[in-house]
Amino acid sequence: MTAPPDDCLARNEWICGEYLSTRRHILLDAVAQHLQLTAVSVLFGLAVAVPLAVLARRWGLAAGPVLAATTVLYTVPSLAMFSLLLPVYGLSAALVVAGLVLYSLTLLVRNILAGLRAVPEETRQAARGMGYGPVRLLLTVELPLALPAGMAGLRIATVSAVSLVTVGAIVGFGGLGNLIYAGMNTYFKAQVLTASVLCVVIAVAADLLLLAVQRLMTPWTRAGRG
Amino acid sequence: MNTLTEAWGWLTDPAHWSGDDGVRHRLAQHLVLTVVCLVVSCLIALPVALVLGHLGKGGALAVNLSNVGRAVPTFAVLVLLLLTPIGRWGEGPTVVALVLFAVPPLLTNAYVGMREVDRDVVRAARGMGMTGRQSLFQVELPLALPMVLTGVRIAAVQLVATATIAALAGGGGLGRIITAGFNLASTPQVVAGAVLVAVFALLVEGVFEVVERVAPHRARGSR
Repeated sequence: MTAPPDDCLARNEWICGEYLSTRRHILLDAVAQHLQLTAVSVLFGLAVAVPLAVLARRWGLAAGPVLAATTVLYTVPSLAMFSLLLPVYGLSAALVVAGLVLYSLTLLVRNILAGLRAVPEETRQAARGMGYGPVRLLLTVELPLALPAGMAGLRIATVSAVSLVTVGAIVGFGGLGNLIYAGMNTYFKAQVLTASVLCVVIAVAADLLLLAVQRLMTPWTRAGRG
Repeated sequence: MNTLTEAWGWLTDPAHWSGDDGVRHRLAQHLVLTVVCLVVSCLIALPVALVLGHLGKGGALAVNLSNVGRAVPTFAVLVLLLLTPIGRWGEGPTVVALVLFAVPPLLTNAYVGMREVDRDVVRAARGMGMTGRQSLFQVELPLALPMVLTGVRIAAVQLVATATIAALAGGGGLGRIITAGFNLASTPQVVAGAVLVAVFALLVEGVFEVVERVAPHRARGSR
């Protein structure tokens, strides 16, 4: 038997370079799971939110119930949301994704609907006067003009999803949340701090990435200002 | 559907309502945590937001704080606090985390509400000889009240959600019923706990929705 090593791991320090180098693969796996869960949920949410928002815009009667339903969903705390889905999905990654889709749906529908409603009536009439049909009007006029509001919603939804994935640790699919959960049970300070910081870094990076995408997709918003 | 009937069975079993792990005790804990932390957060955030909004300073801070609050995972903060010396005071980490997450929406909404008050009205108040303090309390605050109350509602809902997650880090509240259910691998208990939490959150949201509709009329009617 050799004497236990006296490094920062043994001393259980908050910041530990040794931890980063020896557990690199664990951290990378957790980050990969975190990114995957976030991306899948937000993309699913987007795929459902756009038609819902268009429906609510086109058919005024649907707007009230759609907004009310999304508000109710958003009020339910994340832990309860995951738990309510347990009988449907069991202990699986699908449970976490389903919960996150419901949350991103709320944020996306609200923002896309607000964007669609903000399209000036004159613009719509001008397009119709030029012979645009309803589908062409939606795809080439209304949706592009709703992009800035929609992208704002997408950024909020993504940042929220990155942070909510951690709660998925309760079913073992929480990305970095799993490391935080395990670190809590073993009082492993370096692991908890590293995973938490990585969560925030992912959230900020995703936000900046989407901001860059938004600027690329809506060049007219910059031309107008300059 | 079977799980739902079992969850209903769990909820209606009187044995699950009494005792330290019982629903009644957890509900009381959740309520006390939410109310106490909401009051503390309001006492911290609202004076700062009202003064900053009145002076028109620190806007970037007040608005960005909300975005930062969204990016930081609640669960991570709870566990980090648990591992610091605060973790030794029982509910300490829960209370600190709850207040930390309730302050940003309060601050941002109250600040934005104050800044959105029509500048002409504020100038008219000045022209009538009101002091800054009179203008703040008699003109700007009543006009900003709807936004301030929206912030309080968002904060309250956030508090209920955070108090639930606190159960993962060993805090008290209704979330404990859920985590205990997971530990016992009892799906009915997990679902029953989740239903309790969801209903609690929706009730809080509903109560504040009513307050938001009624309070501004009251504030104006009394004058």
